[in-house]
Amino acid sequence: MSGPNKSYDPVEVAVLQAAALEAAVGEALKAFVAADSLESLKTARLAHQGDASPLSLANREIGALPPSAKADAGKRVGKARGQVARALAVRRGELEVERDARLLVEETVDVTAPVARRRLGARHPLELVSERIGDIFVAMGWEIAEGPEVESEWFNFDALNLGADHPARQMQDTFFVDPPDAGLVLRTHTSPVQVRSLLERPLPLYIVCPGKVFRTDELDATHSAVFHQVEGLAVAEGLTMAHLRGTLDHFVEALFGAGLQTRLRPSYFPFTEPSAELDFRCFICGGSDDGCRTCGGTGWIEWGGCGMVNRNVFQACGIDPDRYTGFAFGMGIERALMLRHGVKDMREIFEGDVRFSAQFGMEI
Amino acid sequence: MRAPLSWLHEYVQGVPVATGRDVAAALVRVGLEEEDLHGGDITGPLVVGRVLTFVDEPQKNGKTIRWCHLDVGPNGQRVTEGTPQTVVCGAVNFAVDDLVVVVLPGAVLPGGIPIGARKTYGHISNGMICSAAELGIAHEGTDASEGIIVLQSLLGEADAARLTPGDDAIELLGLAEEVVEVTVTPDRGYCLSMRGMAREYAHATGGTFRDPAAIVSAAANASGFGVKLADEAPLSDRSGCDRYVARVVRGVSASAVSPPWMARRLTQMGMRPISLAVDVTNYVMLLLGQPLHAFDAQTLKGPIVVRRARAGETLKTLDDVERTLLRQDLLITDGGTAVLAIAGVMGGATSEVGPSTTDVLIEAAHFDPTSVARSSRRHKLTTEASRRFERGVDPDVTAQAAQLAADLLVQFGGGVADEGVTDVDHRRPRARIDLDAHLPARLIGLPYTPQEVIATLREIGCDVAQLPESGSASGSQTGSMALSVLPPSWRPDLGNGPDFAEEVVRLRGYDQIPSVLPQASSGRGRTHSQRVRKVLANTLAQQGFVEVLTYPFVSARSHDDLGLEPADPRRRAVRIANPLSDEAPLMRTSVLSTMVEALRRNVSRGSRDAAVFELGLVTRPGGELKAAPVPGTETRPDEQTLRQIRAAVPSQPRRVAFALTGDADPAGWWGPGRPADWTDVVGAARAVAAALAVELVVTADVHAPWHPGRCTRLALADGTLVGHAGELHPKVVAALGLPLRTCAGELDVDVIAAASDVRVQARDLSTYPVAQSDVALVVDEQVGASALESALRQGAGEMLESVWLMDIYRGDQVGPGRKSLAYRLVFRAPQRTLTTKEVNGLRDQAIAAASAAVGAVQRGA
Repeated sequence: MSGPNKSYDPVEVAVLQAAALEAAVGEALKAFVAADSLESLKTARLAHQGDASPLSLANREIGALPPSAKADAGKRVGKARGQVARALAVRRGELEVERDARLLVEETVDVTAPVARRRLGARHPLELVSERIGDIFVAMGWEIAEGPEVESEWFNFDALNLGADHPARQMQDTFFVDPPDAGLVLRTHTSPVQVRSLLERPLPLYIVCPGKVFRTDELDATHSAVFHQVEGLAVAEGLTMAHLRGTLDHFVEALFGAGLQTRLRPSYFPFTEPSAELDFRCFICGGSDDGCRTCGGTGWIEWGGCGMVNRNVFQACGIDPDRYTGFAFGMGIERALMLRHGVKDMREIFEGDVRFSAQFGMEI
Repeated sequence: MRAPLSWLHEYVQGVPVATGRDVAAALVRVGLEEEDLHGGDITGPLVVGRVLTFVDEPQKNGKTIRWCHLDVGPNGQRVTEGTPQTVVCGAVNFAVDDLVVVVLPGAVLPGGIPIGARKTYGHISNGMICSAAELGIAHEGTDASEGIIVLQSLLGEADAARLTPGDDAIELLGLAEEVVEVTVTPDRGYCLSMRGMAREYAHATGGTFRDPAAIVSAAANASGFGVKLADEAPLSDRSGCDRYVARVVRGVSASAVSPPWMARRLTQMGMRPISLAVDVTNYVMLLLGQPLHAFDAQTLKGPIVVRRARAGETLKTLDDVERTLLRQDLLITDGGTAVLAIAGVMGGATSEVGPSTTDVLIEAAHFDPTSVARSSRRHKLTTEASRRFERGVDPDVTAQAAQLAADLLVQFGGGVADEGVTDVDHRRPRARIDLDAHLPARLIGLPYTPQEVIATLREIGCDVAQLPESGSASGSQTGSMALSVLPPSWRPDLGNGPDFAEEVVRLRGYDQIPSVLPQASSGRGRTHSQRVRKVLANTLAQQGFVEVLTYPFVSARSHDDLGLEPADPRRRAVRIANPLSDEAPLMRTSVLSTMVEALRRNVSRGSRDAAVFELGLVTRPGGELKAAPVPGTETRPDEQTLRQIRAAVPSQPRRVAFALTGDADPAGWWGPGRPADWTDVVGAARAVAAALAVELVVTADVHAPWHPGRCTRLALADGTLVGHAGELHPKVVAALGLPLRTCAGELDVDVIAAASDVRVQARDLSTYPVAQSDVALVVDEQVGASALESALRQGAGEMLESVWLMDIYRGDQVGPGRKSLAYRLVFRAPQRTLTTKEVNGLRDQAIAAASAAVGAVQRGA
């Protein structure tokens, strides 16, 4: 590089000549166009715009010129450098667009490969059905009452009008706690929760009582010693059998679908009078298939028992049966699960196979 | 209870002939649920055949088949080939000249089974000789080995002699006849008779009921067989027997056979014809609902004395079982000494009528239902008689039933009825019941008028009188009309207003009841505890655990398998007196004890990587079980009694258990799996606590069934125990048949729920920049990370926003028995940016506290 006030050097000044500048710009532009990648463009940039490039050198020479030549040279060099810079920017832009597009293709992966990096859990469908049933009643303003599974005989039998001689109190139907004079059984229905509620809660009362119950049945495809019931109890002034029917119709619709015809027929339970059984139209065959596996060809599916609360039950709980009336109903949750979702074998519900629960997800 | 349609129509007039289906549907409407439909499903040709010849041919498979030539009259091969019918038969219980029932090609047997010519055992069998089972007329007591029907046995020699080969057997055996079978609920004992069934069928169809009990019975006189009712220990002030009718028929022929129509009725009802005397008693019972007993009168000294049993008495009942009698058993005795029968249940073997009986004493009595029920239960003896007495027999038909039985014995047995008629009648008059005529409408929700109510009650046999209106003239305006109702004698189940209301709605149609949704008073929704359970379960599911439900029964051995110490309170369990399996008679004291079975089952079925959880109750009796009082039910028990009842119920806390085995994170194309370890179960517990915003304090613990070096105790901030989690003890996994390194946890849901029932108070959020400081501290091996972390927090103060353990190092750089824990400390001030000097100062404070608390030293220092 030449220093200030040196004698005039024709070689060095040559770079400032118009032809030289033009040539340098032309080379730079050619090199930029030829660059096929951002890396090769970078190389070309260094060569044609970097500190050692002809134009940079030329730029540094301007300082050595006599003042009268500086302005002109400066303008010419500036113009040349500007051209190069613009060309570089354009080319960089093009190459970046190309690169971005290419990357998107290169980064393509096989997204159909199965992904399961974290184990998936599940809720038990029986619990989901139970929650769903609870939701139906909570939506109507009812509450959910619960109670113990090992229960006193008085709550499980006596207060429900099942006297000491009732056949259900025998060991062939009920699990008794040892010693037998402890007066404890495994509850055979969730009705004792109704008794506890009548003794503890204020009236009017609208409750459902879901829970585990126990009967001395062997486990097979349709029976289990341990199963789940949900019972309901409503006690208020002026309740009638029409309200019972209305509640059950609503329940059947909410759980099994709209438009299902229901049928109420006379029956008998010690804790209700009048008593009834509710059936609903088979939602699979609608009554048109004699060989229907769901309803056995009868066209009707048994839903469960119900009735108006027996006066003796009110009496045992200290409620005036002339002022209040009530209705009660009960159904098996396993049955609801089997009917609604086609579970064919009750054993699957209690064997704990993860493949069983996993089918149903988290909402039923 | 069965009802052959033809028998039903004998007592209900004005109803068009209906199919079994229609009759069943009508009966359902009045409360008799259909159980089965029998008969009417055979098409012929089904004919009487005589066995001409046969050849027994033993087969290679050890069976012997009989190649028979039969005379089937003008049917089958007689018509087409002029030869006897040739048939292969697998049974051998018949002889030449026997009359059998033959089904010919073209017929269809019950079950839709078509009959055709078949090549079998080297012959062409043109039809089949039938057994009772194949024709659908097998009765109780038939077993398969009784083989085919021989008509001389079934109908008796005399009647069989009138048959001709080729006679239509469908007609002969009443097989075209449909029989409806219904379930009779315990409150409708009167329906255990054709009388009751017909009555209900008439109600259901509007037909006219003709009462089969409308029989004129001879009046009682002084010359009847002596009978004394001497119940010295009545139950609840009710005499064990309040009416006893005795009739005697003498000179009954020993060879007398029941007429075919009676045998057919019995068979249709599922009973077996035995002998004339027995058949007559069964027939009358089935018709009128009054069980009868027939004694061989010549074995009796008399008088009949009905009394309770005395200590030590025994009776050999006619099923040949020697029974020890208990003082509450009501007995029929001869002269007060020899025991003849357990009243209303079963008679004794010695006084039973047999082939040599000529004089028959007919007993028609009314026994107390509770007394019969208790005897029946005590001796595990349920009979057709006891079933009826338990549910209530009509005490007004006793004499008519005895009369009918005597008449039938005379007519078909050739005997003569004694002039003497005994009828000891100690019945108390039945009470009338007051009923408000508007009650049915109020209870059912249909506007039944008093007139409709009165009409319906009269239709079912009540005597209804309207009581004069009391004082105020506005009785009907206040919505009450007083009635006085005397229910009919066959309806002991009618005792109060709702019973009558049920009759009204039953006869007028349950299908009329409208559907009205009641307006519940607003509820408070799910309780906090119920909502907590849902969150807890969903959290575990999202953590990868699958919910299961297991039976809560365990064996005492499970406590040993879990490695519980001898004095561990979890060994104290409630025992079931009559468990499903003697192997598992105890109620579980932990959910884990039963849930592990589900885990094991999954592994054995091929799901080696399995994670399960279960929410449920456990039973934790505090000490010896206190007897719960069993007060009466006439009134609400007093508060103290109720407290005692509740207190007698053992504590049943709610727990959640979870366990996993195999890989926690599955291996796949993305990389290797991660085996399950203690961090998974402790992590699950932490996730549950976090989901409920409950602070969980985790410390090391030694507690069965966990590995003593890999067990955490989980507690609330105040120290209350929540549960344990960690890797299971290797001895436990071996005893339980689980894979090594199975991990598990169990938490008390009630404790968590209570702890989470607090409103979270939001903290102010600072948006000033964080300052991070990493520090590695070396401590002795036994220093717990949580203790070190607590010290760091305590030392750094409120500006420490979070502490995160980044690394744990053991090795040469720290020496043996030591470890280095590297923490990332994140500082943030609420209202300003912290200076570097401040951050360093806080970090030093933290380190100083750690040093003081657990002797931590900065690594490399």
